[in-house]
Amino acid sequence: MQQLWLIPSLPLVGFLLLVLGHGRCNRSVARLIGVGSVAMAALVTFWVALDFYSPGAPQSYQVQLWPWFSAGQLEVSFGLYLDGLALSMLFVITGVGSLIHWYASGYMWQDADYQRFFAYMNLFVAAMLMLVLADNLVLLFLGWEGVGLCSFLLIGFWYQDPANGYAARKAFVVTRVGDTAFAIGLLLLFRELGTLDLPTIMTLAPEEFVIGGNRPTLIAALLLAGALGKSAQLPLHTWLPDAMAGPTPVSALIHAATMVTAGVYLIARTHSVFLQAPEVLLAVAFIGLVTLLVAGFAALNQTDIKRVLAYSTMSQIGYMFFALGVGAWSESIFHLMTHALFKALLFMTAGSIILALHHQQDIRSMGGLRRQLPVPFWCFVIGSACLVAVPPTSGFFSKEAILNASWQLPGYGPWLWAGGVLGAFITAIYSFRLLFLVFFGPQKGQPQEPKGWQFHPPLIILGALSLVAGWFVLPTGAVLPASPDGHPPRWTLVVAIGLPLIGIGIAYQVYVRHQWQALRCTQWPLLRQFLLHGWGFDGLYKALFLTPFITLARVNRHDIIDRLPKLVVQFSRFLHQLFSQFQNGQLRFYIATLACAAIIVLVTTLMMRVF
Amino acid sequence: MDSQYIDHAIILAGILFCLGLVGVMVRRNLLFIMISIEVMLNAAGLAFIAAGSAWDQAEGQVMFLAVITLGAAEVAVGLGLTLLLFRHHNSVNVDQLNQLRG
Repeated sequence: MQQLWLIPSLPLVGFLLLVLGHGRCNRSVARLIGVGSVAMAALVTFWVALDFYSPGAPQSYQVQLWPWFSAGQLEVSFGLYLDGLALSMLFVITGVGSLIHWYASGYMWQDADYQRFFAYMNLFVAAMLMLVLADNLVLLFLGWEGVGLCSFLLIGFWYQDPANGYAARKAFVVTRVGDTAFAIGLLLLFRELGTLDLPTIMTLAPEEFVIGGNRPTLIAALLLAGALGKSAQLPLHTWLPDAMAGPTPVSALIHAATMVTAGVYLIARTHSVFLQAPEVLLAVAFIGLVTLLVAGFAALNQTDIKRVLAYSTMSQIGYMFFALGVGAWSESIFHLMTHALFKALLFMTAGSIILALHHQQDIRSMGGLRRQLPVPFWCFVIGSACLVAVPPTSGFFSKEAILNASWQLPGYGPWLWAGGVLGAFITAIYSFRLLFLVFFGPQKGQPQEPKGWQFHPPLIILGALSLVAGWFVLPTGAVLPASPDGHPPRWTLVVAIGLPLIGIGIAYQVYVRHQWQALRCTQWPLLRQFLLHGWGFDGLYKALFLTPFITLARVNRHDIIDRLPKLVVQFSRFLHQLFSQFQNGQLRFYIATLACAAIIVLVTTLMMRVF
Repeated sequence: MDSQYIDHAIILAGILFCLGLVGVMVRRNLLFIMISIEVMLNAAGLAFIAAGSAWDQAEGQVMFLAVITLGAAEVAVGLGLTLLLFRHHNSVNVDQLNQLRG
């Protein structure tokens, strides 16, 4: 496992090469560096994994590379920490990441800024790997901010369009709200435990904190706020649909497979703190549930293919939070892995469709594409089946495990389960609505399928992986607490499998056979507008935060607080003008004032002598 | 020396000093200003000599030597500057040389 340091270094070197060689290396070289560095990182990951799985190998591995800084008691070093959880994330990031890079090398080929694109992508992968491998929370925060930066840069990649820049800024500012809370949480955690070293926190937190006490609750709530911002959960979710302004491979890599799951990783990583705060953990479950329902309903009526997928991502991450909250820790990470596979597949397929239709993203202008685009069609079917959790695809295994665990939560269990099943039902409707609208019905447009070794192989590999990933076993068992191992009644399984299938049937009736038209949102204009704008959260935030802020700024245009420092400036300027009158360049005036001053000094000295 | 002589000498030195000071203040020509400064310096020197003789101390004459040296140095520098000013501005009128105002 001594090669661990290579994994984040390789993409970083790729980034440096691409940045330093900007304008000097041509597309082929840039492709080789950009895709090669991530692929090499994936190879090193498998090498490390071989060591990790070899018999007798330790369950965790920590290495200090070099000290970063020390301030008072705080000693922060560049240290890497590998355990089952980190290794699972490494598989997702480097494995799915290299497939997406492979695909992106074809997708972005026509773009003028090919080198810049791969530079950002490599920097993103390096930052994400740093986040996952960090052995202390400060280094994790560095990676956290690094991926946020790359997300900003890549959403605004086509910066000539002001709308893209706006989307990038929105993503940056909204996640910043959560990041601030996260940073405060880190400081509090350091004050309480005196360390930010992750393995130490794991052992110290259960000893130092009382279960349900104020301190762990506050810290866990702050960490949760950071996770909510990064993972686009309510109420900090509004940036994700707009983030689709970036290139499609970016959406696949950052806004589906890796970065948006960083919040899930953070909670799983600091689970020992969360376990001491059961109220916060319950809040995690409910936030996840509300998010998955809200995002699911919003996805029902989007017209942009990528926005449907964005809301669906939000909803699936809602399932992961839901799983964390009900204590199904390993299942959550398992769903993270399967979701990364099938959602990356769906996004890349959507990218192929968008390219084939000459950058058309509106699903109302699509239809009947299954004959012209067979490979994307079948990949989309696989992806949708996984998303809907049709047995025996990978999504089925992960989602059923989560629902089973939720049933067993004492107290709210069955209610949470019912919400999760309702979410699965909606998921079925919106994903197959998308599938039927895009691939069935009368043919619209003249698709030209993008072909070649950069388009089909990554899709097919991801499709195959999505199908079989249900049988993968992630090495998270040794790290995360055990899940509830009871069995819910048999009928719950039947309902959980049956409802999504009914949802598919409804979607088929409505969108292929054009019956039951009353169910279509187009029949209800007000509801349609409401769902199209994602439950009006943007408008709400505008009314709550933006408008008051802008009004305040307008009222206080001549900053009142600023008056005080300005007074000092005006006073010194007045003194300056007064005294500069004396420097008039007249030598005789100088002599006269000098004489007068001398006389005054002499007279006063004499007077003091006399009296 | 009697004390009345020292009174006379000091009064003479005071008159000379005031004449020099008035000269410095009212003259516009730089050369005359320097001559007036020389008068002031020598008034101060006279006061030293008178005081030294009144109290039979040698320091008065020592100080006068210092004053002469100072005067010589001042003239050397001052005349050089005056010469340069005249070359640059074709004038030694201090009222016209007022470009260094703030």
